[in-house]
Amino acid sequence: MVQRRTLPALVLLVLGAGALAACSGATDDEGATPTAAAAAPVDLRMTVWTANEDHLALFDEIAAEYVAENPDTVSSVTFEAVPFEDYTTTLTTQLAGGNTPDLAWIFESNAPEFVQSGALADLKPTLVNAEGYEFDDILPTALDLWSADDGLYAYPFSNSPFVMFVNTDRIAASGQPSPAELVGSDGWTFDAARDIAKASTDQLGGAGLIVRDFNYSLWENLATVWGGWGASPWSEDGTQCNFTEPEMVEAMTWIHEATFTDGAIPGPGTNADFFAGDVTMTITQISRASSLDGTFNWDVVPLPAGPAGQQNVIGQAGIGVFQNGANPEIAADFLAYFTSPENAEKLATYFPPPRQSLLNTETLVSANPLLSEAQLESVVIGGITDATTKPSHANFAQLQTTVRGELDALWNEGADIEAVLAEVCAAAEPLLQD
Amino acid sequence: MTVLATSPRADRRQRRSAWRRRDAATGLLFVSPAVLGSLAFVIAPLVAVVWFSLHEWNVLAATFTFEGAGNYERMLADTSLHAALVASGWFSLGLVVLNISLALVLAVLLNQRLPGTTFFRVAFFSPVVVSIVAWTIVWGFLLQVDGGINSALAAVGIEGPNWLRGNVTAMVAVVVVQLFKNVGLNMILFLSALQSVPEEIQEAATLDGAGPWRRFWSITIPMISPTLLLVSILTVVGSLETFALIDVLTQGGPSNSTTVLVYYLYRQAFEFNEFGYASAIAVLLFTIVLALTLLQWQTRKRWVFHEV
Repeated sequence: MVQRRTLPALVLLVLGAGALAACSGATDDEGATPTAAAAAPVDLRMTVWTANEDHLALFDEIAAEYVAENPDTVSSVTFEAVPFEDYTTTLTTQLAGGNTPDLAWIFESNAPEFVQSGALADLKPTLVNAEGYEFDDILPTALDLWSADDGLYAYPFSNSPFVMFVNTDRIAASGQPSPAELVGSDGWTFDAARDIAKASTDQLGGAGLIVRDFNYSLWENLATVWGGWGASPWSEDGTQCNFTEPEMVEAMTWIHEATFTDGAIPGPGTNADFFAGDVTMTITQISRASSLDGTFNWDVVPLPAGPAGQQNVIGQAGIGVFQNGANPEIAADFLAYFTSPENAEKLATYFPPPRQSLLNTETLVSANPLLSEAQLESVVIGGITDATTKPSHANFAQLQTTVRGELDALWNEGADIEAVLAEVCAAAEPLLQD
Repeated sequence: MTVLATSPRADRRQRRSAWRRRDAATGLLFVSPAVLGSLAFVIAPLVAVVWFSLHEWNVLAATFTFEGAGNYERMLADTSLHAALVASGWFSLGLVVLNISLALVLAVLLNQRLPGTTFFRVAFFSPVVVSIVAWTIVWGFLLQVDGGINSALAAVGIEGPNWLRGNVTAMVAVVVVQLFKNVGLNMILFLSALQSVPEEIQEAATLDGAGPWRRFWSITIPMISPTLLLVSILTVVGSLETFALIDVLTQGGPSNSTTVLVYYLYRQAFEFNEFGYASAIAVLLFTIVLALTLLQWQTRKRWVFHEV
């Protein structure tokens, strides 16, 4: 009797599980094929990590114009704001659950992973053939990260340079030389920045120099310092670990000494925020200027030079179209409209564009009222030209966590820097060769 | 002519059978929401996780390839997983021992008829109803190198460590933060058990010359042993499922010293997109929880009073 009752229950259970698996969006080995353009107007959805009302209002405005021009193909475009901290996790969970958005913003650190996975549609044919798109106006260096096998898998809509914000009140109060003047006299180096940071902290308390968002965890932000030493975490093809290379050891030694010997950089476990006014300098993206509320005087200068010279670094963000989305062709067409020369100029209000014709002070000055023309010329336009991006890799998520775990041993006063970096490479090598 | 007539006994049997069927239908109707809920949200996902664990699931490339025992074989060679198991072991051991001991001590102390006991009961229980994220963020500030705890230690001449940056101190910190978050719940359970121990047994033992310690070990502990079993099962299972605290306070660091099994599982699934492998780890976690619960259940006859 029990068996007779148990059997249907088990069948039901397995069917339920099967249904769940089917609903989960997992597909067979060959993957799903993109659907053809639907006959009825479709709803497009783009995931973004901004919840800024002004940004979203601008997106909605551009989307409304597109819908008005294409009522037969698109009925609406929704911009779904996902919290910045969990953005990629949320996006991949949506993909796993079969809730694939049509378009998505993608961080530069995840670019190779997304590009190489085959998840994104090739946008090049659509963008090159779009009327009035002027594809050649886009800086080729801005496209590098998002290209593979002559295809383009995302449009780098935002190219925000890393710069040094300076609290000039603290500089003046501690009698230190002005970084802006040092830039003019070619004396703006990481050593000079460290000395100013140390002197101001000794005299005024607070903190000297902070690499924003690093916080002894997101080590990839240190690329803004390493660039001065010509160091990089891995080789260009992503197969060799470079943490044990002399330039990286020197750069890490400089950071370690600035932290634990000089006290120019606050150590782990301390809380300090440049925008609250108790920090002398911070390396962060220019877009953070909007956090300045006028409570102290400030300036913005390019990243300092290291022994290998000065290296600009940008943080990029791309917009990709999912191959497995419901409407990849229509989504790519919308992207061509969204990033056309006219709309790219509108977007430049908030996101430094990759188009050469728009990288001029006239376009950017209206977008950045807090910055002077000289600052825009020097740190935004100069900062994007010849810039490198932050580290990225097809296996970035695992590398980020693994390297972070090994680097934790470095953030102690008596750390053996070379030994720790050797451990970093020992842990990272298998992931680089995956 | 044959008269067809049912006997009164057969009639009664038929009516009783109809009632039984109606009773059964009503009963099934009442339990169906819970059964369907369990099927949809517990059993089916459990079966699905086992199914996923047999596959390599690449979310980005949208591939779902049967791997057989591949993910389980990978677990054997994964040294990071082994480290996570060790970290989970230390975390659970520390938490279970400290939580049950402290909860029992607090319950005994607050079971006295003394002024102010209500205040302390509320004080120790209130963290249970506080959001774990809010609780952890506040502790995060207290545990900073120049935070409240080290400032208090400095006031008495002790230089405190950088709690969340040392491998051992970080583990101590996460255990203590979780301990104070939930000790109030166990304390209340013990308190209610202590209050149900009959006074007359204690009085009889006192008349027989038993002292306070003797009464505690020979009467109180055996009488509250069913609650002790419940609390130990809840605490062991809870300790193996601690996630939010680790995510907010240490993100598994430093040097992965606080990467417990459930956090490692989360990382594999949602940071590395290894859903198949993460499912295999989930099966391992489920097996560990089930084994520990069964172990406690099986050994209950040896030490739980009502099971003797």
